[in-house]
Amino acid sequence: MIIGSQKPIEEIWDMVKDFKKVLVFGCNTCVAVCHAGGEKEAETIASLIRMRAAQEGKAMEVNHMGVMRHCEPEYFDPVLDEVRKYDLVLSTACGVGVNFLSERIGNVPVYPGINTSFYGAVEAPGRFVELCAGCGNCILHLTGGICPVARCSKTLMNGPCGGTNKGKCEVSQEIDCAWYLIVERMKKLGTLDRLSEVLPARNWSTSRDGGPRRVSLEHIREYEEREEKKVEQAGGKKQ
Amino acid sequence: MKSGSNLERVIMSGRPAVTAELGPPMSADPHEVMKKANILRGFCDAANITDCQTAVVRMSSIAAAVIALREGLEPVMQMTCRDRNRIAMQADLLGAAALGLKNCLCLAGDHQKFSAAGKLKGHPGAKNVYDVDTCQLVGILKKMRDEGLQEGGDKLEAAPKLFVGASWTPMADPIDFRPVNLLKKVNAGADFIQTQGIYDVEGFRSQMEKIRNMGLHERTAILGGIIVPKSAMMLKYMDSSVAGVSVPKSLINRMNKAKEEAGDDKKKAKELQEAEGIKITVELIHQVLETPGVRGVHIQAIEWESAIEKIVKAAGLYPRPDIPEV
Repeated sequence: MIIGSQKPIEEIWDMVKDFKKVLVFGCNTCVAVCHAGGEKEAETIASLIRMRAAQEGKAMEVNHMGVMRHCEPEYFDPVLDEVRKYDLVLSTACGVGVNFLSERIGNVPVYPGINTSFYGAVEAPGRFVELCAGCGNCILHLTGGICPVARCSKTLMNGPCGGTNKGKCEVSQEIDCAWYLIVERMKKLGTLDRLSEVLPARNWSTSRDGGPRRVSLEHIREYEEREEKKVEQAGGKKQ
Repeated sequence: MKSGSNLERVIMSGRPAVTAELGPPMSADPHEVMKKANILRGFCDAANITDCQTAVVRMSSIAAAVIALREGLEPVMQMTCRDRNRIAMQADLLGAAALGLKNCLCLAGDHQKFSAAGKLKGHPGAKNVYDVDTCQLVGILKKMRDEGLQEGGDKLEAAPKLFVGASWTPMADPIDFRPVNLLKKVNAGADFIQTQGIYDVEGFRSQMEKIRNMGLHERTAILGGIIVPKSAMMLKYMDSSVAGVSVPKSLINRMNKAKEEAGDDKKKAKELQEAEGIKITVELIHQVLETPGVRGVHIQAIEWESAIEKIVKAAGLYPRPDIPEV
């Protein structure tokens, strides 16, 4: 899932201080699980802003709301009219949600209420770890299920650099060396010999490259378009 | 001959090769490079010109290498994967070859985090590149030189004739993978290898035995790395903090003893430790060169280039062979 982390209240205050009517808009999927931007956190942020506004003697109306997901229109469409009544929406969804809502809301600015950190997992309650970089060209079958793109500080593809120190990365004793983990894992799986192969320079065009990446499922698009046409021919509006 | 470089000629002659290291200055002044080049000239077959080591901005390796070359010292330009994508790398390699450089050492490069150390602010917030890794850079360079092709497949009108090197840390963990690491660099096309500094000769020899069993010593020229110790403190630091380096207690004790002999006299303590450091270095050079499969030494006297003359002479490696170009 997408892991978010809270922004310092100072930074949030700087963003919102000149607006009169602010909605802190939470997203109740990924960023709620990591306690960064669900409705509960939106409520907390809203009250922090209200307190700050009172301290600064600013007249400001600050409310909160939450929907299940900011990345699919069907979840926020029902509340869109309500949301449009504000001067500013401080979205505590991930960056995807901020962008997506921005494109659909009209003339109300949508600002980010959290930092979108990474794709990760719940390592332990309250502790989240990045495990995938979304590079668009998965090679986990070659590296024992441990991703060198996301987990090696240098994105090395052919084994560890000289900086591995007692299983840790040269960058910090807090960071496991991804290649140390890969080697140990593949030893256990009995597949270490597969690492002798030199992986050639990667094609990074599937990763952050040029313009947004899209995935289009033709069979679903075709079906949807057929359905829309049918409804049009019948002179009605698709529900 | 792949490149015709002096380093390649010495290695091919079968005599033990000697490389040294020259760190470019944090300066636009060429004189520091000229000065160091003149100190090293004649006492090594080639000198590595580091590429922003520890991620600190310094005069570029290629520019400093050309200055060294003009002073009569053969450079080994270094190229890290940290700062350039494959477009910049290949452009720089063509430019380097056009300027007369003949050796290139390929490295992953220290992480940018290391640039902020001691009094330096560095650039720890820089974005690293790592479009390709060391193995891949070695392969790109080999393809450019031997096939006259860019990584993407486009033709080069004139190929860069570079002798291709890579580094190897024989004793970092995962230790049983390290020989495979070397195998991959050799398969990618590394003509020579410079190892991380060796103090634990026994550990190095046991890794070299595996290398010989894999036949890698015949497919690439392995130069054992020697880092000249300057003080007991430096040896302790390297032992505790530098990845892949372990220093036997006996060596640390020797340096401690040299320090203690000077009593409270700090100047004398420095002199005695430096003298002991050179003695240790010469012994290490002999032990490394006696290890079957080793074809030379890479001596790093970090910010102490003036030590190289004494070391090379004391090790019986002077004069350096003069092998004419064919």
